[in-house]
Amino acid sequence: MSFFDYFKTKKKSSASVAKERLQIIVAHERNTREQPDYLPELQQELLAVIRRYVEIEDDQVQVQLDRNDSCSVLELNVTLPEEVADPQ
Amino acid sequence: MARIIVVTSGKGGVGKTTTSASISTGLAQRGYKTAVIDFDVGLRNLDLIMNCERRVVYDFVNVIQGEATLNQALIRDKRVENLFILPASQTRDKEALTAEGVQKVLDEMSETFDYLVCDSPAGIEHGALMALYHADEAIVVTNPEVSSVRDSDRILGILQSKSRRAEQGMDPVKEHLLLTRYNSERVERGEMLSLEDVNDILSISLLGVIPESQAVLNASNQGSPVILEDESEAGGAYADAVARLLGEERPLRFLDGQKKGFLKRMFGG
Repeated sequence: MSFFDYFKTKKKSSASVAKERLQIIVAHERNTREQPDYLPELQQELLAVIRRYVEIEDDQVQVQLDRNDSCSVLELNVTLPEEVADPQ
Repeated sequence: MARIIVVTSGKGGVGKTTTSASISTGLAQRGYKTAVIDFDVGLRNLDLIMNCERRVVYDFVNVIQGEATLNQALIRDKRVENLFILPASQTRDKEALTAEGVQKVLDEMSETFDYLVCDSPAGIEHGALMALYHADEAIVVTNPEVSSVRDSDRILGILQSKSRRAEQGMDPVKEHLLLTRYNSERVERGEMLSLEDVNDILSISLLGVIPESQAVLNASNQGSPVILEDESEAGGAYADAVARLLGEERPLRFLDGQKKGFLKRMFGG
């Protein structure tokens, strides 16, 4: 960093952009790596069941498996669409 | 009982074969009986880097299939005592490297060698899995560049789940990071991931940093492992890495780039 650099407009270095992108993708891939193989199929089937009752998009259901020492927790997160007024 | 070290990376072209050649040469120089084994069936190149391409008669697959004995296939290095090369086969049939076959050959070698260095092919296919399966230690060769770091993380995941040590619930494979083609001037300018950046992401113990150096290409042109060029920065850095592999403490060298004068610091450049 030179004296005159302080007057230049601050621009993110490409290395720090690289680091941020890597941190995100690596964290994401580590999560999916620890998943059992059946999880994607389970997610699809859960989605199908919920669709019988509510209209939702693919990304509105999130399935995550957290493993602890003695037990695993299956976390199911469904974002339901805003309630449409029932025409009665 | 030999210690088995895999040199792996996921990504191609980051310096696995260069590293395998130099690490095995360094171990042999220290007096350990060492064999370096090429697992890149169909695309062997370790023989070229080790300058024994014209002495290959039998290869790894010949030994597995019982067409040659281990002693017939092993090539004794002409420069360094205690160093042997087991070349890969040029056959296109990658499945020739069977799990049982590899196990049998490594078991036999384990009886007489101190170190077996397995040079993995790129990718995460059969050959790469065979190379890492039996490892006690892994040297993960990484360039300070996004695709290489991501692939290294992927390989670390595979080491932790698909290696023999993982499958049999033994102590995990000891993982070492070797950062190669490091250009400290570009790091200083913010154009290249730094050692700290890569460490933050992969967080495994550091074996060494090999600076980007013309000596590496010069050495491979001549079929001489770069560690033998002890005047060069890359050669010195590999010697340090071998020392650390053997448990010695060595300070990191060649990380500060060119020393800048006062005026250069003031006015940049």
